[in-house]
Amino acid sequence: MAPLVYALTALLGAAAVVIGLSGMLGAPWTVHVAWLVPLGGLSLQMDALAGLFVALVGAATIPTSLYAIGYTAGERRGCVAYGVFVAAMLVVPLAGNVMTFALAWELMSLASYVLVLDGARAGRESGASAHAAWVYALMTHAGLACLLAGMLLLTAWTGSARFADWALAAPALDAGARSLAWVLLALGFAAKAGGVPLHVWLPLAHPAAPSHVSALMSGVMIKLGVYGLLRASFVWLAPALPWWGALLLLIGALSAVIGVLYAIVDRDLKRLLAFSSIENVGIVLVGVGGAVTFAATTLPDLALLALAAALAHVVNHAAFKSLLFMAAGGVQHGAGTRDMEALGGLVKRQPWTAACFLVGAVAIAGLPPLNGFVSEWLTFQALLQNVRLPQPALNLVFALAIAGLALAAGLAVACFVKAFGITFLALPRSAAAAAAHEVPVTMRAAMTATALACAALALGAPWLVPALVRVGATLVPAAPPVTLDTWLTLDVSADFARLSMPAVALALAAGVLLPLALLVVVRARPRARRYETWSCGRLLQTARMEYTAIAFADPFTRVFDFFYRPARRLDVDRHPESRFFVRRIRYENPTRFIVDEWLYRPLNRLLRATTRRAAIVQSGSPNLYLAYVLAALLALLLLV
Amino acid sequence: MHVALLAVLQVLVVALGAPLLIGTVRTVKARLVGRRGPAPWQPYRDLRKLLGKTPVVSETTSWIFRITPYVLAGAMLVAAVAAPVLTSRPPLAFAGIILLMSLFLLGTFFLALAGLDAGSAFGGMGSSREVAVAALAEPTVILAVFTLALHANTTNLGGIVEHVAAEPLLTLNPAHLLAFAAFFIVMLAETGRLPVDNPATHLELTMIHEAMVLEYSARHLALVEWAGAMKLLVFLTLLANLFFPWGVAADVSAPAIALGLLALGGKLAILTAALALLETAIAKLRLFRVPELLAGSFALGVLAVSAVFLLR
Amino acid sequence: MLGQLRIALRAGIVTEPPARETDIEQLGTRLAAEIRARFGRSLAIRQVDAGSCNGCELEIGGLTGPHYDIERFGLHFVASPRHADCLLVTGPVTRNMAAALRHTWEATPDPKLVIAAGDCAGDGGIFRGSYAVVGGVCEVVPVDALIPGCPPSPAALLAGLLDALGRPR
Repeated sequence: MAPLVYALTALLGAAAVVIGLSGMLGAPWTVHVAWLVPLGGLSLQMDALAGLFVALVGAATIPTSLYAIGYTAGERRGCVAYGVFVAAMLVVPLAGNVMTFALAWELMSLASYVLVLDGARAGRESGASAHAAWVYALMTHAGLACLLAGMLLLTAWTGSARFADWALAAPALDAGARSLAWVLLALGFAAKAGGVPLHVWLPLAHPAAPSHVSALMSGVMIKLGVYGLLRASFVWLAPALPWWGALLLLIGALSAVIGVLYAIVDRDLKRLLAFSSIENVGIVLVGVGGAVTFAATTLPDLALLALAAALAHVVNHAAFKSLLFMAAGGVQHGAGTRDMEALGGLVKRQPWTAACFLVGAVAIAGLPPLNGFVSEWLTFQALLQNVRLPQPALNLVFALAIAGLALAAGLAVACFVKAFGITFLALPRSAAAAAAHEVPVTMRAAMTATALACAALALGAPWLVPALVRVGATLVPAAPPVTLDTWLTLDVSADFARLSMPAVALALAAGVLLPLALLVVVRARPRARRYETWSCGRLLQTARMEYTAIAFADPFTRVFDFFYRPARRLDVDRHPESRFFVRRIRYENPTRFIVDEWLYRPLNRLLRATTRRAAIVQSGSPNLYLAYVLAALLALLLLV
Repeated sequence: MHVALLAVLQVLVVALGAPLLIGTVRTVKARLVGRRGPAPWQPYRDLRKLLGKTPVVSETTSWIFRITPYVLAGAMLVAAVAAPVLTSRPPLAFAGIILLMSLFLLGTFFLALAGLDAGSAFGGMGSSREVAVAALAEPTVILAVFTLALHANTTNLGGIVEHVAAEPLLTLNPAHLLAFAAFFIVMLAETGRLPVDNPATHLELTMIHEAMVLEYSARHLALVEWAGAMKLLVFLTLLANLFFPWGVAADVSAPAIALGLLALGGKLAILTAALALLETAIAKLRLFRVPELLAGSFALGVLAVSAVFLLR
Repeated sequence: MLGQLRIALRAGIVTEPPARETDIEQLGTRLAAEIRARFGRSLAIRQVDAGSCNGCELEIGGLTGPHYDIERFGLHFVASPRHADCLLVTGPVTRNMAAALRHTWEATPDPKLVIAAGDCAGDGGIFRGSYAVVGGVCEVVPVDALIPGCPPSPAALLAGLLDALGRPR
């Protein structure tokens, strides 16, 4: 029964792609069913942006559902929740009023909560799974509370719960009111997207969930937070204010750097990918922040460029992150663990999974000729034009964002060298890795399809980017800043920059083949002789000689130790008879999470202290409770 | 037609000239310490000899190890077409410094993987250090070239060259000079020269780049060494032609290109001598002082960008 | 820093021409012409200490200095045997180092040379007959040439290397 549900979900995804694309390219439509949902009725509204996100969710669902068929291997648990999850995610972009949105949003969160709990329990980490699901539920509902607060405020001020009416009434509200609503909505959406400091649930929930769910959560669910931010900043509360954009820029740059810094020192493959999602959300938020700032300072063509860059990264990240999570799930399936310290040598045991992970790694590191490069390049081009902004304070924010983005890009390369190199290359570090098996054909097909999609998105940039510009133009009307020129070149901002991905890909292919061809022609290719690795003549070369994941991250741990603040502990257990004989040494140097320590732990303490004080009210004595009732009655009679 | 011919010419210049550059650096370094030193064309002999040897490939490695030298060399050859070597409008210059840096990172990515592939401690150590240095150098490069792009109002490297060539006084602009200093330091880090990394060291624990290459032999080693030489040449070309673009051909006529080649040769000679002098005069930094050096160059880059905004 | 440069520049080039005489023993006629053709202009040397007293190493160390400067002939030392064409082995090959020397030789790509430097490398030298010593490099790996001496001076080493490559001085 489970494969049937997954297949149906894949078909739903395909239908969603068709509907979404037609919405993107065609005319907008609305559907209103008054009785289906209380307090306002079901209201669906399709326009270009909604169409893009519906198509994105659908396109990500197809390979993931196919993958799930092989990954769950007939296990019934979780398949219905999965279907509900996908359906809810498809309704969120289409929602046209508050109730529909809130219902779909909550259904999406609930379904994913169930899936996180299930997945972690299946992975036999029940203590950690409860904690992960708990933090996830907490953060999601805190975000929902902010969202509802903002939306209800807007409903009260504009007098209508329909989003279309907000777009018309927003300019009439004063800037302070709009800012308040924006802050509440941004908090809620940023919590879903995983922007620092609201990211704490991501590295717990995404690894705990089963891999197909993680792929969807990282690939498309967090993008719905970005969707919400776009709607709030450009449609519901337009015109935007410059400091909204600056705030988003700073959060984006911070998320990008912090996310990748935590990813580099992690030894759990899926948690590394989760932190990397935070990094990529940071990149998207930098694009969105830039767009909002430019729009607020009447530079609509630059705003459109930044928006197109953010949307391009949303699409690209969905593609390569789902590929990476699927491959990581393949590793877990084949080797039984996702701890990189116990993996290695999988490129020989799982060649297909390794090749797919490599494609994903090259893409996410932003290297040509794959799709990550295109969206990072576009984001840079949008940011680099900030000189047209007259305010030096904003220029400074942009410069910081550029530096942060460049640092994150470099660190991402390092992170994925580690992820691929330690997991797949050299010798296996444990018996489980040495006995790993390749994944079933459905999983392989799904991963290959996604890898091909990454390549297609890269080579198809000459058509994809202008299409995204057209989608963005519905939010920020302006002349298109990106046009398609000769030789399939994208011309950005009238010759500020140009890029032809097909030309770059062709040049790289030619460059790689040229030395090979030359060597073949001059017949300088004697057959290689196989021997052992050079180890300075040492007689025993085992997996213990290899670099470990933690060792690989050591330079970063040292350079950024002001950020990681490792809590070093060294316990030396000596023999009772003589202090010169050491029985055991225990060395720990875990990184501490700055946001947890500086923000959440004090908040937690404050909350506990406050509730302890407030608990005095519940004394347990019925006489006191009767007195409360009397006092409340008197107060009501007096005041009302 | 012109575009293809230009691309071929630039590839030839970079591919054939890179070993000569490395050899010249070695010769000048030797003369500065009182040795006769090798001939400047010694690297050509070394490469030719390497091509004739039979590679020894470790059993621990995979196909990643075998394809990396080709990917590395290929990325450098594309970089040769993307940098303003002879003219100000080479075929791929449009994508700017980000494409160039991404090409270098592509090479570093695969080389680091190859270092890990062998399963030795040296390879892992080299990979780990190399990606750390590359990651920390990345923001400075972007900021340094951003300074130039701000003045020229384009990130197209050719556009930057033409703009700076049209305004000669720009080379004395403080933002320009700060960006040059920042870029110079990053060049030392990225190409593995002193004081960041000693290219001639034999002590594995002091190696950054060399440690990843310890496992390569014969034609693979020849490709990796050649790619390293091309990287140095492209970096020095960027330093010469982005910051001091006199002599860079404005059109694709034969005399202009010949002049461009001569001018490039002259500028590279000066830079090579400066590099050799610097390498002879200073000692290698302790490994965990290198991030401090890179942070210093980042500060210079930030100063350069601020100078542009303040002196607007 | 500048002071050092000034001293170096004032001293000038101090490299000496190589010696005329050589005591090198050519063992075997292994493809002499081919070796000359391949390695005459470029040789990468990996020095292997197979249990030597370090006297030979000190002399070999002088080869890279300004006075003897082997780099001018296209010879240079490398760190990894994968990069090497020639193994320059010193020491009587102690039993502990025998397997390591063999591994190093196996790790070197073909075609390769082995040049034994010093009396110990020839037949064990003053350690010949000891229980801890295998007795000469030729017992472990095939040797192409032997430069005798205890230790051989850098001039003798240089002249011997050039002779092994058939390079005119």
